[in-house]
Amino acid sequence: MSVLVNKDSKIIVQGFTGKEGSFHAGQMIEYGTNIVGGVTPGKGGQDHLGKPVFNSVQESVIKVGADTSIIFVPPRFAADAIMEAAEAGIKVIICITEGIPVQDMVKVKAYIEKFDCRLVGPNCPGVMTPDEAKVGIMPGFIHRKGRIGIVSRSGTLTYEAVDQVTKAGMGQSTCIGIGGDPIVGTTTKDAVELLMNDPDTDGIIMIGEIGGSMEANAARWIKEHGTKPVVGFIAGQTAPKGRTMGHAGAIIGGSEDTAEAKMKIMAECGIHVVNSPAEIGITMKNALNA
Amino acid sequence: MNLHEYQGKELLASYGVAIQKGEVASTVEEAVAAYKKIQERTNSDFAIVKAQIHAGGRGKGGGVKVAKNLDDLKLHASNILGMMLKTPQTPGGLDGEGKLVRKVLIAEDSYVPTFDSCSEFYVSVLMDRERKQNVIIYSTEGGMNIEEVAEETPHLVHKEYIDPHLGLQGFQARKVAFNLGLTGKAFKEMTKFISNLYKAFVGSDASLFEINPCMKSGNDDIIAVDCKVTLDDNALFRHPELAEQRDVTEEDPTEVEAKSFGLNFVNLDGNVGCMVNGAGLAMATMDIIKLSGGSPANFLDVGGTADAARVEQAFRIILRDENVKAILINIFGGIVRCDRVAQGVVDAYKNIGNISVPIIVRLQGTNADIAKTIIDESGLEVHSAILLQEAADKVKQVIA
Repeated sequence: MSVLVNKDSKIIVQGFTGKEGSFHAGQMIEYGTNIVGGVTPGKGGQDHLGKPVFNSVQESVIKVGADTSIIFVPPRFAADAIMEAAEAGIKVIICITEGIPVQDMVKVKAYIEKFDCRLVGPNCPGVMTPDEAKVGIMPGFIHRKGRIGIVSRSGTLTYEAVDQVTKAGMGQSTCIGIGGDPIVGTTTKDAVELLMNDPDTDGIIMIGEIGGSMEANAARWIKEHGTKPVVGFIAGQTAPKGRTMGHAGAIIGGSEDTAEAKMKIMAECGIHVVNSPAEIGITMKNALNA
Repeated sequence: MNLHEYQGKELLASYGVAIQKGEVASTVEEAVAAYKKIQERTNSDFAIVKAQIHAGGRGKGGGVKVAKNLDDLKLHASNILGMMLKTPQTPGGLDGEGKLVRKVLIAEDSYVPTFDSCSEFYVSVLMDRERKQNVIIYSTEGGMNIEEVAEETPHLVHKEYIDPHLGLQGFQARKVAFNLGLTGKAFKEMTKFISNLYKAFVGSDASLFEINPCMKSGNDDIIAVDCKVTLDDNALFRHPELAEQRDVTEEDPTEVEAKSFGLNFVNLDGNVGCMVNGAGLAMATMDIIKLSGGSPANFLDVGGTADAARVEQAFRIILRDENVKAILINIFGGIVRCDRVAQGVVDAYKNIGNISVPIIVRLQGTNADIAKTIIDESGLEVHSAILLQEAADKVKQVIA
């Protein structure tokens, strides 16, 4: 078991024949991910990387039973691609694209609510279940199958946590990159809840950053419903107020969305909060052995 | 991206939002010409001189003055143009060095004709992250710092959430006007004002509109006297005419330059520079610098395709800061190949020559082993680290 994606997921790539889509689809296939095809409007009927290309998401659902999609479509068309996937009946939609206008995401979020689907991202590294499915842009080789779930708003910082977990002799059940934008489909709390309910996850690492209230909401949920040790880190303890730190969502607006405020709430809710990003792996190990 | 007040007002006016009218001027002569136009239109000798910089609280630093006649106007315009204006929001605050004023807005004095019967409101529009929908925030307490109002008298701050499917509805605009205590003509004008303001917000892909104050005149007109407009950078492709209005002179020149090389850079005032791939890891690296006893001199995300040329540019930009006593390079190679970054470091060293600050290089992930060989065989005086903790310890050593 695992969450969101596994070896049986039937995955299509939206933006399959583009530069980004091609490169990462190749990497995913090489990892052994079950890519069943891709979608590029107007290129249906062709073969690409040994997989069929479809004109629409709906066509891929009908012809090859796609249930999961990963999106590499450029920002100006990405909102449309997410809505197309939802409408076609895709259950897990993972959007890698960075730079989608916020007002587009306001519409997307409202539109996809009526469908039975889950959006992960946008502006995220994707979802990884080691040895089963790499549905994202993360380097596969740093992962090892195991029982630690990871939730993160960042890309490379997730890889750092994964690497520390692997080097500490543990492995990962599923790693969920939820994305760095102000509006994301799956919140920290949503992802933590999935992992908390996963019988194959023993501990959870939650990596947040400045801006918004997702980590505080997750912490309060954990206090109420948590059954497994959770290690937390918030990036941006030294970030100045009012400046966007790379991620569109990483900006301190009020006193509640600073790293300090979030870490305080997390600690109060029983989360093992680390000050140093170098101590994520070892803290998880100690928490499990405690 | 931020707009100046005069640009924001133009945008609002193009959507039918009533504004305090004015003309922008870069010289005293232009200011005088603008004043004469306004005088003709309003039959009043009063006008306001407003410094145009990207910061609030301009009045507190002497950047907004009322001119009662032409001599007054010349005096204020010549004082404000070219001044280093300090406000609570300019770098360093009221004790900082301030921001150079390059333009002034000469505006009608909307208050004068009916001064005693004017009232001021607060209106803003933004996207609420928690609810994932747009919200209009408004208050009868105009002209004040809204955070303080919300803190001290929260019942005076109202919120109207907008349905993403339907947009602003008529009853919502009326509710705003009612709650602001308006009746008759002023009520109708406010309803129109709110409707057009929301249209402008969505139409321009804005991330913030703040109208403070929004004024009701003695004639029951509703006017945006000031406006702060921030646009969504990600949506500028839809608005080339607005993108053109970017005033790079208002931004940190180093940050503008970094951007042209595809580097995401934010200047800070610490002593340890850093070069990182990915925003989250960059923030975490800044944090670890702090925990090691230093203080970050910058935020720098070299992005997903860090090649030798970009690494060299990043180096040059960091080294320009005289406060930098050490540089920490922290790359976790996923898409980015560590060997390319290592080659970039070596090339930059050779090309720049004479780098006197210690450099700690931590390369992990794709091709990290090849990268280490490249660094080791280059004969450069760099400290290499594998684990993040090692890198932190080395930072501590070199700045001790």
